[in-house]
Amino acid sequence: MNKKPHFPGNCPASLLDFDTITLGHGGGGKLTQQLLNSGVFTLLDNEWLQEQGDAAVINVKEKMAFSTDSFVVSPIIFPGGTIGDLAVNGTVNDLAVSGALPEFLSLSFILEEGLNMEHFWAILLSIREACATAGVHVITGDTKVVERGKGDQIFINTTGLGRVHQKADLGMQRICAGDAVILSGPLARHGIAIMSKREGLEFETKLESDTRPLHEICQKLIGTLGSSIRLMRDPTRGGVATVLHEIARQTKLGVDLFEKNLPIEDEVGGACEMLGLDPLFVANEGLFVAVVESDQAGHCLQIIQEWEHGKNAAIIGAITEEHARNVVLNSTIGGRRVLPQTSGELLPRIC
Amino acid sequence: MKYLSEYRDANLVDALLRKIKRTVTRQWNIMEVCGGQTHGLVRHGILEMLPEKVQMIHGPGCPVCVTPVSLIDKAVELCLHQNVILCSYGDMLRVPGTEMSLQQARAKGGDVKILYSPLEAVEIARKNPRREVVFFAVGFETTAPANALSVVRAKQLQLSNYSILSAHVLVPPAMEAIMNDEETQVSGFLAAGHVCTVMGLREYEPLVEKWKVPVVVTGFEPVDLLEGILMVVTQLEKGEYRLENQYKRVVNSDGNRSAVGLIGQVFEYRERDWRGIGEIPSSGLFVKDEFRDFDAMAKYQLTVRPDQTDTECLSGDVMKGKIKPPECPHFGETCTPEHPLGAPMVSSEGACAAYYQYSMKS
Repeated sequence: MNKKPHFPGNCPASLLDFDTITLGHGGGGKLTQQLLNSGVFTLLDNEWLQEQGDAAVINVKEKMAFSTDSFVVSPIIFPGGTIGDLAVNGTVNDLAVSGALPEFLSLSFILEEGLNMEHFWAILLSIREACATAGVHVITGDTKVVERGKGDQIFINTTGLGRVHQKADLGMQRICAGDAVILSGPLARHGIAIMSKREGLEFETKLESDTRPLHEICQKLIGTLGSSIRLMRDPTRGGVATVLHEIARQTKLGVDLFEKNLPIEDEVGGACEMLGLDPLFVANEGLFVAVVESDQAGHCLQIIQEWEHGKNAAIIGAITEEHARNVVLNSTIGGRRVLPQTSGELLPRIC
Repeated sequence: MKYLSEYRDANLVDALLRKIKRTVTRQWNIMEVCGGQTHGLVRHGILEMLPEKVQMIHGPGCPVCVTPVSLIDKAVELCLHQNVILCSYGDMLRVPGTEMSLQQARAKGGDVKILYSPLEAVEIARKNPRREVVFFAVGFETTAPANALSVVRAKQLQLSNYSILSAHVLVPPAMEAIMNDEETQVSGFLAAGHVCTVMGLREYEPLVEKWKVPVVVTGFEPVDLLEGILMVVTQLEKGEYRLENQYKRVVNSDGNRSAVGLIGQVFEYRERDWRGIGEIPSSGLFVKDEFRDFDAMAKYQLTVRPDQTDTECLSGDVMKGKIKPPECPHFGETCTPEHPLGAPMVSSEGACAAYYQYSMKS
């Protein structure tokens, strides 16, 4: 899984006569072939890519889940990951929380003229590693190059296909009053790790993104608890708060959130205080929210806590018939208030 | 988390609440001056926990809310038409100007950067010698020293492409204006802890004496806020009025002398127009003549006219404590965070935004 590529050195730049991406790399000609053959195809090699057809052909007989996502994160290489593994894990996790075992991915790059080849190489390597960890194959893809100033170094789109677990019975309509809301680990880590490296905001921290695939734990939960798992979601952009609001809005039920149960690392909490951000609204990557039938909540929590990344999992809330369509936060000090919805860009407070 | 969790302790909060309930015998209206305190009261659900006889009035201490529309218009103009890199604290971005907010100006191609420190803006100016960089210097006495320092630093570095657009306002003149209002309902103040960290306590003494009103310098965590409220209520019930310091772990009576010195070095006090409230004497900080090369108002020959807009917005009445946000006829109807009539609906420390976001949807 962690094997180094068979290139002299780590970067094909030494083999090629270019060290940055140029418009020619998206032209479909010789340069495109050179880029694909020396990098993408070799690294992500599989029987479908070897065909090099206009489309990959696969057999599908079972119930499948299908999802797409685009990735525009800045910086493109950050503590704990790159835009590459984020693009793989992001789509893998959308499938995973839908009860599916991810199998195939498409991978499309929009590269900005001038992108450093070493960075592109690091991103490709992280894509390969993330695919190997998640057990998915990139079977089709595309590369386009835009003029300098028309992009932000690299944008990636991935689309994924996965087999849905036979016992999976997930959906907003299955959520009932009394169900428990479980969070699989400490929140806000990814967003804070990214912000710590953003221009103008740099601050000292050892925090790394929690980007990782969730398919194994999600499959295990469904395999063990079947239809007792009502819904799973990965709270990426918009954070845990946004997932809870979606639940309240779509089910027309209320959500009670228990602030004192929210797992949060000291360093993340401290950074949020300093930056004036509410961790409930900060993005996560390797995290999921599960809504579980109350009888099985303890069992579900135990399974997640036995997972290597789940020891801080906690029951953070409950579904209720009260305060319909609202998420109410029960504060650590015993107060109650409505959890607001974000109205757009997450902006830091002045003081 | 050290220095934080102990001020969010449920048992301490419970004990303070019980003391407040035991102490209070009649109706009191206490103004928390600072928007950060409003945020703390709402975020922790404290407003719902207080006895009905203690009503909190949300003061004008949101610098974003009181920044005149005309200054926002200037900032928009600078970044759209003068090829300026306009640097700002994040809060200012959504506040509506006459035609657009800075966020909308950015979408139209204006170069707007969100920063946490004006020194980063100086650094941007140093790295971009061919571009003009303006920092939108908004805030009370808390942010003024750092903004003053940025001017001093830019002068040391001999930068000719850095200036600040000062919208600074001062807290004590605003408290004076509130007490001077015949319709004021304020019976006691929680003064802003962080402002006093910089300025110290002394400038509040004349206010206490003149208006015979209790002022308690207070912090921002639940235990701080409740302790501050208890101290005000205790004075009021005894018919006393004193200046007290609840936030002793941070505030001392002299303040931060070097920070105060920086303010005095760069700024002078003049009359300032407060959005929604009007002109208040000696309530604004303006860049001194000796630093005029770093004053965006002088550099771009900007003039600020008194605000003609906001005729529908009742933010002045909200910030003076005359009405609560939901009592405004526009609240949640013609005024929402997506289509605000005034700044308190979009600033995270604005009282209208707090009430709107934290109110139940039916």
